[in-house]
Amino acid sequence: MELIGLANYAVYMAIFIGIYAILALGLNIQWGFTGLFNAGIAGFFAVGAYVSAILTSADVANRIGGFDLPIVVGWIGAMVAAGLIAWPIGKICLRFRSDYLAIATIGIAEIIRLVVKSEGWMTGGARGVNNVPRPFGDLEYFQSQLAYMLMVFLILGIVYFLVERQIHAPWGRMMRAIRDNEAAAAAMGKNIERRRLEAFIFGAAIMGLGGALFAHFNRSITPEAVDPMVATFLIWIMLILGGSGNNRGAILGVAVVWIIWSMSEMITDQLPQEYAIKAKYMRVFIIGLMLQLVLRFRPEGILPEPQYTDETNKEKVQRGSPASDAPTT
Amino acid sequence: MTLLELINFYLIPGVVLGSIYALGAVGITLVFGILRFAHLAHGDLATFGAFAALALVAVGGVNVWVALPLAMAICGAAAIGIDKYFYDYLKERPKILTVMASLGIALMLRAIVQVVWGVDTETYTRGIVRPETYWGIRIRDRELYTVIAMLGIVAVLWFFLKNTKWGKAMRAMSDNPDLALLSGVDNRKVTMLTWMIVGMLCAAAGFFLGLNTELKALMGWTMLLPMFAAAILGGVGRVEGAVIGGLIIGIVEEMSVLFIPTEYKAALAFAILLIILLVRPTGLLKGKVL
Repeated sequence: MELIGLANYAVYMAIFIGIYAILALGLNIQWGFTGLFNAGIAGFFAVGAYVSAILTSADVANRIGGFDLPIVVGWIGAMVAAGLIAWPIGKICLRFRSDYLAIATIGIAEIIRLVVKSEGWMTGGARGVNNVPRPFGDLEYFQSQLAYMLMVFLILGIVYFLVERQIHAPWGRMMRAIRDNEAAAAAMGKNIERRRLEAFIFGAAIMGLGGALFAHFNRSITPEAVDPMVATFLIWIMLILGGSGNNRGAILGVAVVWIIWSMSEMITDQLPQEYAIKAKYMRVFIIGLMLQLVLRFRPEGILPEPQYTDETNKEKVQRGSPASDAPTT
Repeated sequence: MTLLELINFYLIPGVVLGSIYALGAVGITLVFGILRFAHLAHGDLATFGAFAALALVAVGGVNVWVALPLAMAICGAAAIGIDKYFYDYLKERPKILTVMASLGIALMLRAIVQVVWGVDTETYTRGIVRPETYWGIRIRDRELYTVIAMLGIVAVLWFFLKNTKWGKAMRAMSDNPDLALLSGVDNRKVTMLTWMIVGMLCAAAGFFLGLNTELKALMGWTMLLPMFAAAILGGVGRVEGAVIGGLIIGIVEEMSVLFIPTEYKAALAFAILLIILLVRPTGLLKGKVL
């Protein structure tokens, strides 16, 4: 009995780590590889969650819906919607320094929260969208959890593979060039605004997918689930601690921060009521402090971004085609 | 609706709210102009200042108007401390990292307020204040004081920046930091002075928001977007621009209830921000664009 409880908990944690890892990979495209400051992750997450939930759930009175579409269509819809919201914001703000994007993304997250709360005909208001279908939801509890975990990991693997591929392609090299020296990249004829916009939309779409996975896992989505600051900030600390610019680092950071975060919740829940509320805010304080400490003492994170120097390129060339680099006699 | 009703129910609340935004926006424009980054902890610093004043009133038992300068001093000192321990070591690195650090500070300040003062809404004074009527225009004393105090604080700041040695040094840093350094302006001292002024302005903004509405832990965070919109609308680095921008945003927000649902009042600042970035990123008074 004890053991099965523990296993349940581990699987539950793993599902959340998988979902957060997808969000962190989305942020890594924006911040890690492109240097764009998105302070509204919760907004894109919410859009993805709500769009997928509305598209796939059954008909309910007083709310649009009843589309009953396949779940995969919901996921695609979530990604498209999150990307579509990112587009105008990026279009307007990416001409300037990233500070403006930070302000605008805080704004868009706030607006999305307002829309979600007040447009009951679309989002169900405070009650949210319920009875969202869940893949493998018909199985017995533990099998269902396990299957969902494997599915999240599979999606995470696909996202990871695609992002890695994209980053090692000329596109990724160009993004790093723009991030590290904008003037030089512009002088080489790169269209900086356009490339940044691509990265911003790409990252936002992945965040939307993360939101959709969350909604289907919980079988519902309510406004409380998309607390703007804490959700956004957790993803940030995960990425910075793990190592921005390094996808494996991002996933590692998610695991470390999420385990600390939920363990500390278990501890504070043991406290008497009056202290428990204060302890909840202390945890937020400590997360904020943790960011300051990482920025100060280990800005590159646990797993730093690999340095793509001439040496690694040469090795690749040698391994790929020994003849080209062979000494001439 | 008569003109008098329009003034009483929409214009006056708009000007009062705008004055509060203006106080915050002046601080944002100073940080943006002189230290060159978007200070995302600005709203939560204002919350902190407002609650510091509350502690003086509720626990210390001092008069509200004595609490204001004291809270401004506390908040100014807190801002210098935050800069010293959390922002200063990032100054050689890309500025966006300081923006990120300030987001962390925002969270930390809010957590402090929530732990120390709890999450209930509070007020400085109990009881309902009835508005006085002057020739048909209804206005509360505190509303009058808010506008007068804003104008007074900005006038003092304006005089300081125009006429004193340190004020000129601050403007020099804003115009051209390299040239200012070459001319022997002490970067560190100017930074500390800026933070002190910014902290004081934050406390004043938070105090007047608390005086006119109520104090809650999220009060500053919800002000952040209008304050930034005001600073950018007026032109980054322009103090008088921030005041004009603040007043415009405040009045537009209050007037907007006539045309759009009340829930979306907060969305207006965001819309203005995007429009100004689209058509005139330097703002009304030709400020900087970073």
